Amino acid sequence: MRRSELALITHAHADHARRGADRYIAVRDSVPILRARLGNSVRIDAVDYGEQLELGDTRVSFHSAGHVLGSAQIRVQRGDDVWVASGDFKRDPDPTCAPFEVVPCDTFITEATFALPIYRWPPAAEVAREIHEWWQSNARQSRPSVLFCYSFGKAQRVLAELMALTSECVLVHGAVAKLTDLYREAGVQMLPTQTLDLRTRRDYAGELIIAPPGAAGSRWMRRFKSASTGFCSGWMQVRGNRRRRGYDRGFVLSDHADWPSLLRTIDEVGATRILTTHGHSDTLVRLLRERGVDAQALALSEPEDDDAALH
Amino acid sequence: MQRFTELYRELDQTTSTRAKVAAMVDYFLTVDAGDVAWATFFLSGRRVRRLVGAADLRRWLTQASELPEWLVEETYASVGDLAETIALLLSDRQRDRPFDGVSLTDFVTNQLLVLAQLDDEARRQAVLSWWQQLPYDACYLVNKLMTGALRVGVSQTLVATALAEVAQLPRPVILHRMMGDWQPEAAFAEALLAPDDGQVVLSRPYPFALASPLEKQPGELDVSSVEQMLGERAGWQAEWKWDGIRGQLIRREGKTFLWSRGEDLITNQFPEIAKAAESLPDGTVIDGELLAWRDGLPMEFSALQRRIGRKKPGKKTLHDIPVIMRAYDLLEVDGIDIRAQTLRSRRQQLAALASVFPRTFQLSEVIGARSWVQLQALREQSRARRVEGLMLKSLDSDYATGRKRGDWWKWKIEPHTIDAVMLYAQAGHGRRSNLYTDYTFAVWRGDELVPVAKAYSGLSNAEIDTLDKWIRAHTRERFGPVRSVEPLQVFELAFEAIARSSRHKSGVALRFPRIRRWRRDLSADQADSLMTLEQLL
Repeated sequence: MRRSELALITHAHADHARRGADRYIAVRDSVPILRARLGNSVRIDAVDYGEQLELGDTRVSFHSAGHVLGSAQIRVQRGDDVWVASGDFKRDPDPTCAPFEVVPCDTFITEATFALPIYRWPPAAEVAREIHEWWQSNARQSRPSVLFCYSFGKAQRVLAELMALTSECVLVHGAVAKLTDLYREAGVQMLPTQTLDLRTRRDYAGELIIAPPGAAGSRWMRRFKSASTGFCSGWMQVRGNRRRRGYDRGFVLSDHADWPSLLRTIDEVGATRILTTHGHSDTLVRLLRERGVDAQALALSEPEDDDAALH
Repeated sequence: MQRFTELYRELDQTTSTRAKVAAMVDYFLTVDAGDVAWATFFLSGRRVRRLVGAADLRRWLTQASELPEWLVEETYASVGDLAETIALLLSDRQRDRPFDGVSLTDFVTNQLLVLAQLDDEARRQAVLSWWQQLPYDACYLVNKLMTGALRVGVSQTLVATALAEVAQLPRPVILHRMMGDWQPEAAFAEALLAPDDGQVVLSRPYPFALASPLEKQPGELDVSSVEQMLGERAGWQAEWKWDGIRGQLIRREGKTFLWSRGEDLITNQFPEIAKAAESLPDGTVIDGELLAWRDGLPMEFSALQRRIGRKKPGKKTLHDIPVIMRAYDLLEVDGIDIRAQTLRSRRQQLAALASVFPRTFQLSEVIGARSWVQLQALREQSRARRVEGLMLKSLDSDYATGRKRGDWWKWKIEPHTIDAVMLYAQAGHGRRSNLYTDYTFAVWRGDELVPVAKAYSGLSNAEIDTLDKWIRAHTRERFGPVRSVEPLQVFELAFEAIARSSRHKSGVALRFPRIRRWRRDLSADQADSLMTLEQLL
C-alpha cells in the first residue's frame, strides 16, 4: 500500500480502511472499530456528520451512508465543483446505524455491488421473521441453528432486528463478539449475546449461533451436531449461490444498495457524472450511458466484506 | 399445487437426506393418487415435453421486464437458470396464494399441458399471467416445470425410499415399478403403492446393477492391495469392461424392448438387435453392452453415438456401423425373475442360452487368469483390446438394485494424461452459476495454442474459487458468457481415449476429458504439444 499523509475513511471495512497513512479522519462512531483494526498507535481524528473541514483548497464533510455503524459518504467541494464518494451504502432502514443522507453533487461515486435488476431486497423485518421461524422450527427438533453473517455490521443488524420477535440470548463467535461489544458501547440496542466458550462442552440444541462465514465447514462447526445452517447475504437472492456453499437456508439481507436503490439514489443526488466501483460496475455504466448519463467505471482494489466478496 | 410448492420449498431448504424423505412421505400421505403420480414423475427427474421454447421465454421476459435485452441476457448469465431469472425479475415474494384449491394434477393437466394446444399469442398470455400473478416460489416452480427437470437435490432412489415407506414395501420393488415407460396418473400411483403381487408390466426393465470403481487416491492400486480387498481370485468373475452403451434387452410375449441405462427405449435405433432377439425364448431379460463392432474389434465410440442419434437408421448406416450386443448377465428366465440367484448360477444359465444366440449377440468372455498377478498382466493389454479395463464381480453376488458397494468393481486402466493451458472460461449453471467452472484447454502446435478439450471442473471448491478470481483478473476478451484468459495456467488433464476428428481445429477429439490437477508448478511453455497427443493415436 502506498503511504499517504492523510486518509479519509468512509467506514471501517478493511477494503475501505487500510494501514499506511500518517493520519486518518473518520466519523466518531467508527473510531473505536477503526482503532480495533488499525491499532492504537495510529492518529485518528473524529468528526461528526455534517461537520465542515478545510483541507487544502477544499471543503470536506462526512454524511451518513446507512451501510454500517459510523459509515459515511464523503463530500468534497472545491470552488463550485462538488464530489461525493459514497463508499458502500444502502437505503433500507437499519436500527444499528444512521440512515442514508441524500447529498446533492456534481460527481457521484457509487458502489455497484448488486447492480443487476434481480437484486431487490425484501424488508429486513420480514427477513428477521424468517430467521426467527427457522430458529424456532430447529429448536422444536432440538437442533442448533448456525447463522453465518459477516461479523462487522450484518451480525449486529440481525441481533437488532430480532429484538422485535424475541428477547432470548444468542451465542456468538469470538469475532462477532468483539464487534458486537463495540456496537453496544456506541449505544446500539441488540439481543443479549454470550460469547461461545469452546473449552466447555455443552449441548447447543435449540440455540441460535452467529458466526462469520469463514467458520463454515471448518473444524469449529463439528461441535454443532445436526445443526441447520443459514447464511445472511444479498447473494442469497440467487439459489445457486446458496446450493454451492451447501447452506440449508439463505436469508436475503444486505448492507448494500439493491438495484432500485442504486437507480433512485443516482437520480436523487442529481449528479452530472457517475463513477462506479465494485461488483457489476460495467453493467451500471452501460445502463446509465444508454440513458444519457455521463458514467464511467473506476478500478479499485478487492472488497473485504462478505456481501461484496462473493466473487 | 400449493402443497407441491411447499414440498419443493422444504426439499430445497435442507441438505439433510432424512429431512427430504420425511417431507416427501408427508406429502405422499396427504395428497390423492393423481398428485402422487405427478409428484413422483417430476421429483424423479422426468419432464413433460417442451411446451414453450427458451427463445420465446426470453423474448417475453424482456418485454415484460421492460429492461434492455442486453441487461436481461447479462442477468440471465449471472443467475445461470432461466426459470429463476424470470421469477427474480418479474415475481414478488409478497403476492397472495392463487394456487389455493388447485391440485398438482389440475394444474399440470388443465393449465400446463394445455399450452401445447394454444396458438402463440394465447400461449404468451397464459405464461405472462403466471409471471404477473404468482408469488415467487410458485412462479419459479411453474417455470421449472415448463422448461425442464426440477433438480431439487432428490434422486430417483430417494423418491423410491419415501414411496417405499408410504407403501410399506421394500425399496427395490418400488424402484422396479418406477422403471421404464409409465403415465403419471392415479392408476399408476395406485399400482406403485399396491401390495407386491409379482405382476410384471411387459416392457418394464429392471433397475441396472452398477459397479464401484476400484481405486486408490492418489495413484494406482497394486496387485497386493487388490488381493487384500477382494480375497481369493477364485471367488471373482473377471470380464473386460467395454466402452459402449449399457442396455437391457427384454423379450416377453413375442415382443422385444431394448432399454438404455438412462431408461430410454432404444429398440428402434437398433433394428438388427431387435430382429435378432426374436429368436430368444419368451420371458428372457439380458443385461449387456451395445457396441459398434467391426472385424472383431469395437469401433470408436463416436460411431456408436452416430447410431444412437438415428431414430430410424438407414441401410448405409446399418452397414457402415454394425452393432452387437455383448451379454453380461441374465435377469429373467422363462418369465421368472432370477436376480436373487448367485452370479455363478445366472452365468451358467446365460452360457446355456448363448448356445442359441443369434449372430449379433455375443457372450461376454470370462477371463481365465488364475491369479491376481496374471489378471493384472492381462489388464495391461486393455488398450490394445480397446477396452477400459476389467470388471470384477463376486460369484456369490445377486443382481443388485443400483450400486451395492463390495460385490461389483470396475478396475479401469489408468487414463492418458496431458498438461494443457487454459484458454477460455465460461460460467457454469445451477449451483455453479456466478462462477467460472467450464474451461477450454489447449496444447502447443509450434508457437500457437490449439484448443483440444473442454473440461468441467475436477477441482476442489477452494480451487474453483481461487481460479474464478484469477480468471476475472486476467480476462483478455469477453464473448458473451465466455472469457478468453491470459494463457498462463497449466492443468493436467486425464482422458480415456483419443480419436481423429475433422470437427476439431486440432484434428483430434479426446474421450471424457477431465481435470486431474492444477499444475501451478508449470509455466505455459512447459505444457504438452499436439505432437505428443498425435503419438497416442
